[in-house]
Amino acid sequence: MTTLTTASAARPFAASLRRLFGNRAILFGAVILLVVVLAALLAPWIAPYAPNKLSIVNKLKGPSLGHLFGTDEFGRDIFSRAIFAGRISLLVSLGVVCISTVLGVLLGVAAGFFRRLDAPISRLLDAMMSFPDILLAIALVAALGPSLATVILALGITYAPRLARIVRGSTLVLRELPYIEAAVAMGLPTWQILLRHVLLNLASPILVQATFVFASAMLAEASLSFLGVGVSTDMPTWGTMLASGREYMNNAPWLMVFPGLAIVFSVLSLQLLGDGLRDLVDPRLAKES
Amino acid sequence: MARIARTLLNRLGGMLVVLAIVVTVVFVIVRVTPGDPAAVMLGSDATPQDIADLRTKMGLDAPLIVQYVQFVLGLLRGDLGQSIFLNQPVTQALASRAEPTFFLTLFSILIAVSIALPVGVLSAVRRGTLFDQIVVTLTMVAASVPSFWLGLLLIQVLAVGQGWFPASGYGGPDTTFLVRLHHLVLPAIALGVVNSALITRFTRAAMLDVLGDDYVRTARAKGAGEGRVILKHALKNAMIPIITVIGLSIAMLVAGAVVTETVFGLPGIGNLVVSAVLRRDYPVIQGALLVVAAIYVLINFAVDMLYVLVDPRVRL
Repeated sequence: MTTLTTASAARPFAASLRRLFGNRAILFGAVILLVVVLAALLAPWIAPYAPNKLSIVNKLKGPSLGHLFGTDEFGRDIFSRAIFAGRISLLVSLGVVCISTVLGVLLGVAAGFFRRLDAPISRLLDAMMSFPDILLAIALVAALGPSLATVILALGITYAPRLARIVRGSTLVLRELPYIEAAVAMGLPTWQILLRHVLLNLASPILVQATFVFASAMLAEASLSFLGVGVSTDMPTWGTMLASGREYMNNAPWLMVFPGLAIVFSVLSLQLLGDGLRDLVDPRLAKES
Repeated sequence: MARIARTLLNRLGGMLVVLAIVVTVVFVIVRVTPGDPAAVMLGSDATPQDIADLRTKMGLDAPLIVQYVQFVLGLLRGDLGQSIFLNQPVTQALASRAEPTFFLTLFSILIAVSIALPVGVLSAVRRGTLFDQIVVTLTMVAASVPSFWLGLLLIQVLAVGQGWFPASGYGGPDTTFLVRLHHLVLPAIALGVVNSALITRFTRAAMLDVLGDDYVRTARAKGAGEGRVILKHALKNAMIPIITVIGLSIAMLVAGAVVTETVFGLPGIGNLVVSAVLRRDYPVIQGALLVVAAIYVLINFAVDMLYVLVDPRVRL
């Protein structure tokens, strides 16, 4: 009896997993992302060298068994630095997703649910989206002063309107559904309607959009670091590695190949995940990808 | 005609409101600087007198509301302030660097659209074939490539390796336009190729949407040739989302130009902004942000107006 109950309870979960990973985009995306995340988390154990360990005798050595991705101008191991850099990139992107999701959900739900707030918030979102992302982030970092926290905050503010737009659109649809009308008619407090009935139903579009914001944040962080206006240049990030490596790229092309590939694969994994999740959430869109 | 005029006025009103918010956001951004912006700009070596002088010069002594009114009045006169480090008006600094950015953006969008439109249409028409799968995969990869990294690779292969194009710069001040164009080829490819990914995906999706519609089936049933069905019936109706994404791409191209100009050493607005950030030259950052956002709002307005021309059913 126990076995039967467990089996039947496990079935929906197994079916959901099958459905999730039956989607090739999600599967590929998840596998690549898992490798990147594991490498970043386990960096101190799997990196063969400390990321800042200097070894001038080994400077600008090409890829070999001793140094899989070669070494930089100070003899530092590129493979180890690339793994540690992943930590910063993931940390920044995760922080950006959290900030932009909180801001985006607050603004989007307010605009979508309360008719009076819709016009002013929508115009604010239009205005915020008129700024190219990197340019707005650069200006905010310049104003707030460059640091890891300000980069996260600046990019979080920059990408919040993207989430707010999606949340607003979904909330507008939800607001007109009979069960929300019923909840309003029953006299449920607004906060309860928003938390229980609106927010819960917004989880899927938020998750999909947050995945794309994660990817954009990763690209933007790399760009800011490359330009030298992001996190401190002493911190190994894929962007700072490319910035310092470009001076030597004629003689040591590996300095820009590997950090660049790390960015491409990480962003690609998130794009694949986002695409796959979007198709699952809205099967009408599946035909488009 | 009256409908178009009404639409135009409606959108114009909306655009002015958005522009007013853009101006306010830009004003606020510089004022959120922790501490005194004048002290931050002059650095730790500045004397209190230097800081006080700069505060007066920038109008930071006045109450916030007065500063805002002065800022808006200045904008209405076309005055974006004075660059402290360049010692010239911000409008002049921006104007002198507008050419490379303008042509870089223009050529990038031309490259992006000339790749994306035919590839996207063909991919939709041949849905599910090997060609389609390759296009879907390549667009996904291209959208994941940072344009500055592609730029570095292009420099390495086509400039340093083959010597076909200059690796950096925009030619001297006395060079011909053709020479300057030659300098723009690699940066425009780097930006254009990356941005073509998004437009290709939208073109494919928009075409897939309309290819199954009744009027396309009817056109085929009436014996119209496949080319005519695709170009005249399907593509024409798929143009609205495609125009939208091309409009959006221009903002992305400007963002990409900031980084690409730095990679290729182009003396454009992007390069100006980056050096202004490193020097904390707030008036330049403020001016550039404002001009770029205003251009984006105007492009959006133009795109909205194009909708009306492309599809007479559209009421905005």
